[in-house]
Amino acid sequence: MPSKPLTLRILDIVSVIVLGISAYIALFVAPTELVMGDVQRVFYFHIGTAWTALLGFILAAGFSVIYLITKNLLWDRLQVAAIEVSLVFFLITIVLGSIWARPAWNTWWTWDPRLTTAAVTELIYIAYFMLRQGIDDPDRRARFGAVYALIGGLSAPITFFAIRLFRTIHPVVISGSNPEAEGAFSMTPDMRTAFFFALFAFTVVFIDLFWNRIRLGELQDKVEQLKLKVTM
Amino acid sequence: MIDKVTDVKPVSNSRTRPSGNFIKAVAAVLWKDLTAEFRSRELFSAMLVFSLLIILIFNFALELDIKTRQSVNAGVLWATFAFAGTLGLNRSMAIEKDRGCLDGLLLAPVDRSAIYFGKVLSNLAFMLIVEIIVLPIYSVLYNVNLFLPGLLLVILLGSIGYVGVGTLLAAMSVQTRTRDILLPILLFPVVIPVLLAAVKASSGILAGAELADILLPINLLIAYDVIFIAVAFMVFDSVVEE
Repeated sequence: MPSKPLTLRILDIVSVIVLGISAYIALFVAPTELVMGDVQRVFYFHIGTAWTALLGFILAAGFSVIYLITKNLLWDRLQVAAIEVSLVFFLITIVLGSIWARPAWNTWWTWDPRLTTAAVTELIYIAYFMLRQGIDDPDRRARFGAVYALIGGLSAPITFFAIRLFRTIHPVVISGSNPEAEGAFSMTPDMRTAFFFALFAFTVVFIDLFWNRIRLGELQDKVEQLKLKVTM
Repeated sequence: MIDKVTDVKPVSNSRTRPSGNFIKAVAAVLWKDLTAEFRSRELFSAMLVFSLLIILIFNFALELDIKTRQSVNAGVLWATFAFAGTLGLNRSMAIEKDRGCLDGLLLAPVDRSAIYFGKVLSNLAFMLIVEIIVLPIYSVLYNVNLFLPGLLLVILLGSIGYVGVGTLLAAMSVQTRTRDILLPILLFPVVIPVLLAAVKASSGILAGAELADILLPINLLIAYDVIFIAVAFMVFDSVVEE
């Protein structure tokens, strides 16, 4: 069995370090927001996890198209890895958002387009894993997974735009100004540093976990093959 | 039942088949389902009774007095259609799988997507028939006129989107270990745009809005129908291949 590649080991360590630095900057270097106070600091991690989770979901939809064309199980492994890591990251995004929303909006949850879409997206990808669990044949599992990831990946943005027909109170910090947004603020240079470093840190962590998960998938396949060999 | 499908003249090269045969194959699958259903009436009666039970449950759950009713009519209707719809989708694919009919269908020398479209049409037919019966009953029970041309259009568009995705997902879920329980879990999160737009448009129509006011949700429904039926058409092959 091949041992963990050196690059991956280094990346493991690097991701722990950048995550630590990012936490330090977010908690101690970035200034306290005037109106919301310290709770605003979850924003850096909130955006960091959200960005990587969305990246993963988009990648997964792309992998599913490639899989359906090539029928190469490698793309299936990449897809599962991307969705699994993204699912966890997105859950973290929602939990962090809730923690922020409690003081800022005075509620843990509201049926705003972003929040609703986030919840629906989580459910789509949980359903994706339930679908995969019910199938034993690896080829069929991969085909069905790819089809469902594609349908889900198309449906989630449509859900977002559909709900957007109604108003939103979710602040858009980066660009655009929604006059009805509650809890919006503009960033100082230090906040910007914390923000972009968090984005960078979570991207590194994402790549690291993604890679580890792909490796895990390969090992799982190998174990399955070995088991078959033993029982034959 | 399979005989019907093999009636379609076999064509050696599936790629260069004239489109007339494609439509014949779709019609054959549709006809087979309708005939089977007409003889047993299992699916139809189950869906209809189930719909009425759901309306009954909503009556108690929401305390549907006159005031609440006006705001929730559209929601209750669409929740009823969505739940009854999964029953029909599950059943129509489960019969194919159980009696080995699906393999027979797949052996037929026709394009696989013809089977998909045939199934979509038959599922749509069942759903529309149930809806056509539920509407007057609902109208009588709750004293509201639901026979508005706009509402019928929204129901048609919503049902097309629902059945289009539902048929594809039902074809997948019957081939898994968890089968029946899996379909609603797969289907509901991805048809939320349909339900959302349909409820929005329906409640607008019931509140007496002009067509221009509900154009947005109707356009959304059309867009969803086109996108998802096109995707399902492209990927159906990968769902049924062995």
